Amino acid sequence: MTEKIRKSVSIPEETQVEITEDLVVGKNTHAENLKADLDDLLDEIDSILETNAEEFVNSYVQKGGE
Amino acid sequence: MALPKVCGIETEYGVISRGFDSSPIVASSVLVNAYAGAFKQSIQWDFGDETPDRDARGFALEDAFPPEVETHMANSVLTNGARYYVDHAHPEVSTPECRTATEVVLYDRAGEEIIKESMKRANALLPDRHEIITYKNNSDGKGNSYGCHENYLVSRETPFGQLATFVTTHFVTRQIYCGAGKVGSEFSMEKPDAVSYQITQRADFFEEEIGLETTIRRPIINTRDEPHCDPEKYRRLHVIVGDANMSEYATYLKVGTTSIVLAMIEDGAFPGHLIIDNPVNTIRAVSRDIEMSKTIRLTNGTLKTPLEVQFLILEAAENYYEQNGLDCVSSDDFPREGENILALWRETLLNLSKGGVGSYDTIDWLAKMRLINAYKEKNDLSPNDARLKALDLQYHDMRVGKNLSERMNLRRLITQGDAETARTEPPHSTRAFFRGMCLQRWPEFVVSANWDCLIFDVGEGPLRRIPMMEPLKGTRSLTEDLFSSCSTPMELILALGLEHSELTSFKVSDAF
Repeated sequence: MTEKIRKSVSIPEETQVEITEDLVVGKNTHAENLKADLDDLLDEIDSILETNAEEFVNSYVQKGGE
Repeated sequence: MALPKVCGIETEYGVISRGFDSSPIVASSVLVNAYAGAFKQSIQWDFGDETPDRDARGFALEDAFPPEVETHMANSVLTNGARYYVDHAHPEVSTPECRTATEVVLYDRAGEEIIKESMKRANALLPDRHEIITYKNNSDGKGNSYGCHENYLVSRETPFGQLATFVTTHFVTRQIYCGAGKVGSEFSMEKPDAVSYQITQRADFFEEEIGLETTIRRPIINTRDEPHCDPEKYRRLHVIVGDANMSEYATYLKVGTTSIVLAMIEDGAFPGHLIIDNPVNTIRAVSRDIEMSKTIRLTNGTLKTPLEVQFLILEAAENYYEQNGLDCVSSDDFPREGENILALWRETLLNLSKGGVGSYDTIDWLAKMRLINAYKEKNDLSPNDARLKALDLQYHDMRVGKNLSERMNLRRLITQGDAETARTEPPHSTRAFFRGMCLQRWPEFVVSANWDCLIFDVGEGPLRRIPMMEPLKGTRSLTEDLFSSCSTPMELILALGLEHSELTSFKVSDAF
């Protein structure tokens, strides 16, 4: 169902999609998959994150923006 | 009748230099120049007609604190019609003018590729352990903010007061799907840890309903009146209130829904009772309400949740579509754009009414919140732990391999190949096509450029100016014959009948 919606807004091909509440059904499987993906990310995230979080965050200063 | 919604986004990126001390202006200039170094010549931007001081309410700003005018710092015009420059100590990419929301997403992605390529080239020129890093977000967590500005073409005939009032309602409530999320508060009257997580980066920084400022006392509605096109017919609404999005679908919704709302306002179809009471307080209140359950007050006294207000705007949009169609937001290349925006809008609001499941992969603040909550739980952290702020920042990190949003399986609208192509190829359906093509073919002859003109040195005689006052002319369909029949700029000038273009009266071809 997510795939159907994705197709309707991708370029260049566009197909007609009727969005009804039924498309939200099946969300439990979708949610489970997302949680599994998140767990995978959490396992490797410490290797991606900046090692000294406090210093990283404190040293990030920006001036003069609109 | 609503005007075609020509639109674009300008994004200021956060920038730091690591391993060496450098002002952000220098670091930003290094990035822009490193990127431009690939071209034969650096094209100078022509600031001649820029009037950021002119206020849409009909007066020029005099005794109030003047807005800063852009200085002649590093800047370039690119072959995709975009502009890439240093603005207020940030590298900034402005997409070319686009005809549809999809194309804005495409060129915003191209802008990200430009930034990444700049970092790669700049860092290759710097000594070891010296690095320039950029962030596609809107605050440093310490009270300093920088913008992701949207631009929309609207009719000069629409009374500005009405436009401001109604679009404010959309800006305040669209936060629930446009927000990029933020750990903490930067509202001056609150301690930073008064809020553990909020929906948007920018809401804290808005202090006025309407005004000309962009760097202090920020207004929800910015009154800058600098259309860069025929000022009798057109207004360019310059929007400073939004967050930069990592999610392509969030950018799509942001630009798509706002284009439709503006069209409705032009045609008198926006629900007249949907006016927010005290928008400045409300924009912050909505941002802090991650449950999306608190009501906000309308000027007629009624109370509604932001989601309810959005459903009412959407219903009005769907009726508007039934009666008028949505050609104003669609094009020959994207004929179903209007229907697609409406469908995604409805899907998103339905998901939000059920807590957000189904939109975890399209809404940035939800994706970021899930990540932060899961990490906090797993490591048993307090809400004030610096690692949570680090996650927030790295969600927007433009270093390949360090960007956390890329690991969140966000739904994609644009392929990597298309984004790469859009880095150098202009859109087809606006004057950006003409600008981009001229820069591709004859970069050494273009002396300077602005949104609404190009100036050529054809190699003999005076400089020749090509006016481009119509955003919807200079398109591929109007100019491809011109380009295939002209091999030099002089031939182009002659074909356009602009031989004597230094004079005030000249015959301009239908292309312009």
